[in-house]
Amino acid sequence: MLDFVQQLVSGVALGCVYGLIALGFVLVYKATEVVNFAQGDLMMLGGFFAFTFVGILGLNYWVGFAGAVICMALFGMLAERIVVRPILGYPQFSIIMATIGLGYFLRSVAGMIWGTDDFKIETPFSQGVLRIGNLVLAYDKLSVIAATIILCALLYLFFNRTTLGTAMRASSENMLAAYYMGIPVKRVVSIVWAISAAVATCAGVLLAPITFIHSNVGLVLGLKAFPAAVLGGFGSIPGAVVGGVLIGVIESMAGFYLPQGWKDVAPYIVLLAVLLLKPEGLFGLHARKKV
Amino acid sequence: MRFLFKTDYQDDIRLFPHSGYVTSYGLLLAALVIAPYVLSSYLMSQLVFVCIYATVGVGLMILTGFTGQASLGHAAFLAIGAYTAAYLQQFNVPFPVYFLAAGLLTGVVGALVGFPALRLQGIYLVIATISFAFIVEEIMARWESVTNGNEGMRVKTIQLLGATISRDGPTFYYLCLAVLVLTIVGTLNLLRSPTGRAFVAIRDSETAARSMGINVSLYKVKSFAISAGITGLAGVLFAHKMSFISPEMFTLQLSIEFIIVILIGGIFSLHGAVLGAIFLVMIDPFLTYLKDDMPGVISGIAATFGAGEVRAGHIQDAVAAFASANGLKGAIYGVIIVVFVLFEPLGLYGRWLKIKLFFQLFPLYKRATFKRQKIYVKSERNR
Repeated sequence: MLDFVQQLVSGVALGCVYGLIALGFVLVYKATEVVNFAQGDLMMLGGFFAFTFVGILGLNYWVGFAGAVICMALFGMLAERIVVRPILGYPQFSIIMATIGLGYFLRSVAGMIWGTDDFKIETPFSQGVLRIGNLVLAYDKLSVIAATIILCALLYLFFNRTTLGTAMRASSENMLAAYYMGIPVKRVVSIVWAISAAVATCAGVLLAPITFIHSNVGLVLGLKAFPAAVLGGFGSIPGAVVGGVLIGVIESMAGFYLPQGWKDVAPYIVLLAVLLLKPEGLFGLHARKKV
Repeated sequence: MRFLFKTDYQDDIRLFPHSGYVTSYGLLLAALVIAPYVLSSYLMSQLVFVCIYATVGVGLMILTGFTGQASLGHAAFLAIGAYTAAYLQQFNVPFPVYFLAAGLLTGVVGALVGFPALRLQGIYLVIATISFAFIVEEIMARWESVTNGNEGMRVKTIQLLGATISRDGPTFYYLCLAVLVLTIVGTLNLLRSPTGRAFVAIRDSETAARSMGINVSLYKVKSFAISAGITGLAGVLFAHKMSFISPEMFTLQLSIEFIIVILIGGIFSLHGAVLGAIFLVMIDPFLTYLKDDMPGVISGIAATFGAGEVRAGHIQDAVAAFASANGLKGAIYGVIIVVFVLFEPLGLYGRWLKIKLFFQLFPLYKRATFKRQKIYVKSERNR
C-alpha cells in the first residue's frame, strides 16, 4: 500500500510536468489551431536559461526563475513572429513541419551552447522531505504539484474571465471574424505564444530537480505530453492537466507493476485507445461536422 | 513552346505526353546505368541510399501527398520490412520470396493501422502514427526470440540465382534502382487509375469525394496498405545495405527524415520524392566537405582580404570548431525545414516548375501563379 502511494505521488508529480507541457500545446492550439511540436524544446530551453541564471551566474533562485520566464516569453514571441506568423492560414501540415524544424534547431543549438551533459539546478526545496507517518514525500515533487495547480487555475481564469482571454478564444474559432470584430489577431497570437513559452519554462524549471536538464529532454517529454493533451481533449485547459496526471500515474504504475518495457509504451497505448474510443478526449467539446 | 492538343481521354492520361519525355528520361536512365563505372565508391553508396530513400518517399507520397493523410510513423514500416527479411533469411528463404513477403506483411500491417486511422484527422493522425511507431520500436527491442532485441540482427548478403550480390557492388545498386523505377512506374499507373483519382479526390475534399460515390474508408485503408507495402520493400533493401539492423535505427528521427524527403522535394509530385531523397542523402557529404575544406577556404578568403596570418589562423580555428560542432546536422535540418516551409512550400520540384514556366512565358511570368491561398476562416476542428 505504501509503495502504491509513493508511486502514485511520483506519478502525479511527473504527470504534472507532462500536464504543464500539454498546457502549452493546448494554449497555442486554442488560440491558433496550430500544434506546436517544439513545445518540449521550449521547456528545455527555459530550463537551460534558468540554469544559466542560477547555476552559472549565481543569482537567487526566484530571480533566476523570473528571469528565465521573461526571457522565454520574449523568445516565444520571437519564434512566433519568425516561424509561425508567415504561414498562419496555410494547411496544418505545413505548420506542424515548421514547428518540428524549430524543435530540431533549438535542440542542436542548445547542445552546442550548453553541451550534452546533464545539468541540475539547486532549488530551495530540493533537499527536504515531508513525512506523514511512514510516507515520505520529497518537497521537489510536491512543489511541482502545487505550481501546476496554481498555474492551471490562473490560466483558466484568464481564458474565461478576462477580455484578452475571450479575444483569444474568439480568434481561435474564426480568425477573420475576430479581426472584423476589432480584435488585433496578430498581437493576440503573439501573446499566446509568449504565455505558452512561459508555461513551458515553469515546467522546465520545476522539472530540473527531478529529471536533469539536458538538450534532448524536450523531445522525450514533449512526446509524452501528446498523449496527455489528447487524453484531456485537445482544447481544454483543465483537461490537459488531468490528462497529464493520468498519463504520469499510468506510466509510473506500469513501471512498477508490469514487466520492463511497458513503462515507455503505456502512454502511447492509452493514447491510441483514447483516439479509437473517444477521440474528443475526456474534456473535449464534441465537434459537430459541418459541410 | 510546345502545345499539346488532347483529343480524347487516353491523351490526357498518357505516361509520356510527348516525345521529349522519352528522350529526357531515357538519357537520365542511361546516366544512372553507367553511374557505377564513373562515380567513386563512396558516391555510389550514397546513390544506393538515394534509391532507398526515394522508394520510401514514393510510398509516403502516395499516402501524404496524394491521399492527404500525414504519417510520422513510416520508420516503423521500414523496420517491419527489414526485420521480416532478416528473420526469414535465417531459414534460407530465397531472396525474391522474402522480399515479396516483407512487402506483403508490411502492407497488411499498414492496412491494420489504416483502420483505426479512418476516424482521425490532421493532427490526431500524426500523433497516432507517432505512437504506432513508438510501439513498434519497443516491440522490436523486446521480442527477443524473433528480433534479437537491442543486440540487433546481422543481415547476410543476397543470394540470387546462385550468385552473391554484395552490398557494395554495382549489382546491388542496379537492384535498388530497378526497385525504385518499378515502384515509380507502378505508382504512376496507380495514380492514373480510378484508385489514384479517388486518392486525390479524398485529399482535396473528403465530403466531395464521398458525395461522388467514393468509398472513403476503403480507399484510405488501401492507400495506407500500398504506402506501407512499398516502404516495407525499401526496408528489405535498407537492411541489406546496412548489413546490420537494430531497433535504435528506426526512430522518430528517421520518420521525420522521410517527411523531410517529400517536403523538400515537393509534396505534390513523384519527382519530389526523388529530388528530396537526393537532397537529404547529400547533406552528409556536404557536411564532411564543410568539416574538411571549409575552414581552409574561408581563412584563405580572409587572408586575401587583408586579414593577417594570425587572424586568418583564428578564423580557420573558429570555422573548424563550428563545422565540427556536435549538433550541426540537427541545426541544419531544422533550418532547412523551416526555410522550405516558409519560402519554398512547393519544394525543389516546384522551384523547377517555376523556372520552366518563367522561360516558357518569358516576359509575362507572374509570381502569383504559384501563390498559395490562405484560409483564415475554416476551423479544422469542425471539419
